[in-house]
Amino acid sequence: MKANGTVHKYGNNIDTDVIIPARYLNTQDHAELASHCMVDIDADFVGRVKEGDIMVGGENFGCGSSREHAPIAIKASGISCVIAATFARIFYRNAINIGLPILECPEASKGIEAGDEVAVDFDSGVITNVTKGETYQAQPFPPFIQKIIRSGGLMNSIKGGK
Amino acid sequence: MGMTMTQKILAAHAGLESVTAGQLINARLDMTLANDITGPVSINEFDGAGFDSVFDKSRISLVMDHFTPNKDIKSAEQCKKCRAFAKRFDIDNFYDVGDMGIEHALLPEKGLVVPGDVVIGADSHTCTYGALGAFSTGVGSTDLAAGMATGQAWFKVPEALRFNLTGALQEGVSGKDVILHIIGMIGVDGALYRSMEFTGPGVSSLSMDDRLCICNMAIEAGGKNGIFPVDEVTKAFVEERTDRDYTAFAADEDAEYVAVYDIDLSAIRPTVAFPHLPENTKTIDEVGNIPIDQVVIGSCTNGRLSDMKAAAEILAGKHIAPGVRGIIIPATQQIYKDCIKAGYIDIFIDAGCVVSTPTCGPCLGGHMGILASGERCVATTNRNFVGRMGAVDSEIYLASPQVAAASALAGRIAGPERSE
Repeated sequence: MKANGTVHKYGNNIDTDVIIPARYLNTQDHAELASHCMVDIDADFVGRVKEGDIMVGGENFGCGSSREHAPIAIKASGISCVIAATFARIFYRNAINIGLPILECPEASKGIEAGDEVAVDFDSGVITNVTKGETYQAQPFPPFIQKIIRSGGLMNSIKGGK
Repeated sequence: MGMTMTQKILAAHAGLESVTAGQLINARLDMTLANDITGPVSINEFDGAGFDSVFDKSRISLVMDHFTPNKDIKSAEQCKKCRAFAKRFDIDNFYDVGDMGIEHALLPEKGLVVPGDVVIGADSHTCTYGALGAFSTGVGSTDLAAGMATGQAWFKVPEALRFNLTGALQEGVSGKDVILHIIGMIGVDGALYRSMEFTGPGVSSLSMDDRLCICNMAIEAGGKNGIFPVDEVTKAFVEERTDRDYTAFAADEDAEYVAVYDIDLSAIRPTVAFPHLPENTKTIDEVGNIPIDQVVIGSCTNGRLSDMKAAAEILAGKHIAPGVRGIIIPATQQIYKDCIKAGYIDIFIDAGCVVSTPTCGPCLGGHMGILASGERCVATTNRNFVGRMGAVDSEIYLASPQVAAASALAGRIAGPERSE
């Protein structure tokens, strides 16, 4: 599995309230959630994002509320992958469970800038910054989590195990 | 090698003699929880995967607390979906308007969590129940859907930070100040993926409400869970509320901790977290002159009876400052009734505050106290992120009920001592 796209870059401690503010949590509709993604810190994101683009954050990405609406909004906005130095633990689980590819890589988080063209190889964990001509090696998922991803998310995984 | 308290509970629920940090396990769940925001997403996942039964209808709690009484049509539809699910599976612990309270105040009050339990909730503040000596953690809606279907969840066994508490809190200082002090010290990711285990001779001096407040905000340090040992305070609280058997787990003497922090409770001052992160803490002595527009006293962090009492004692016979809106939200119907009996509601209303039915409402910017552009609020809630309570350029200052009440009187951020 591979992804490549233009980077939308954010800082440390991007919380789920700014990814999708609670005033929009009166719906479960993916497209509607996506239409408000990042609005409180980057009002232009929704108009700028293209299918396949990549989101890059700093430390503790996705902290705060457990709302699964956050990774859903990011995924439905067209983002193909989120790279961060570290992820908050509930967001990490949620992203895997709903099939939003995420990678932990402090070097990539540091080296990649907004607007860079980046390619990701999920099998090898290699992140290539095409714009800058740099590569970074992300932590691979433990086999247990790879199994969930291969099954197409948690619900499929537990149905398969029944 | 010994195990931490958290590791012992997880081992027992995974059917294992012992576990070590980093190990992936499947654990049996004693309680699963969702609310009117996360529940509908869980139900979609549950239905989408084709499940037609729940693992145990007595071990599922659905609490309609976030956007209730419903603020708009879409929120009402979300509750309707949860209501239909609860009816379909005859869920024992479905709490709707009339008997609901804020989930993390309600479940302990109803005796639905006991020491030694493993609990997951589709709400990040599910870590609250660690105060009862349970392993309890927040998850997303899909994890919760899987939990409701199978009665199990996977966990990576966490490492732990140990907080060795000594001494006792000074007058006017509460559990909220303890946890804000700790978050200020270790940062909003200081406990990322880890347990926060509170131990030491200072534990016995902390009330259950203080412990619930401290564990509630473990997530604000990135923690997987917060947990207190089981003592006489725990036993008295639990045995008053349920007949369920429970197991009091204790950490091994030789349990391994990533770090140990010594916290002298007697040295903690009233503490305020400035915008826009809970780690931006200052003591009340350092806050300077910050005029405010609103005060909110309530939430799963500080909406319990002792919080109401602390606020009432400061507001009694006084009136909040001109231009300040005071919003007080007892967290459950029982707490509301107790406030009426104790005369607190009269005190609040006479002081110029409004008193709301239980709801998470303003804490997450849902309803019942949204901030306009540029406004400042002192709130006893748990997060002060950008836009959390309203306009993107509004500001939230997190504090104890004592500081919030004193600030309401002063019209600026103030400590309980200065309100006299």
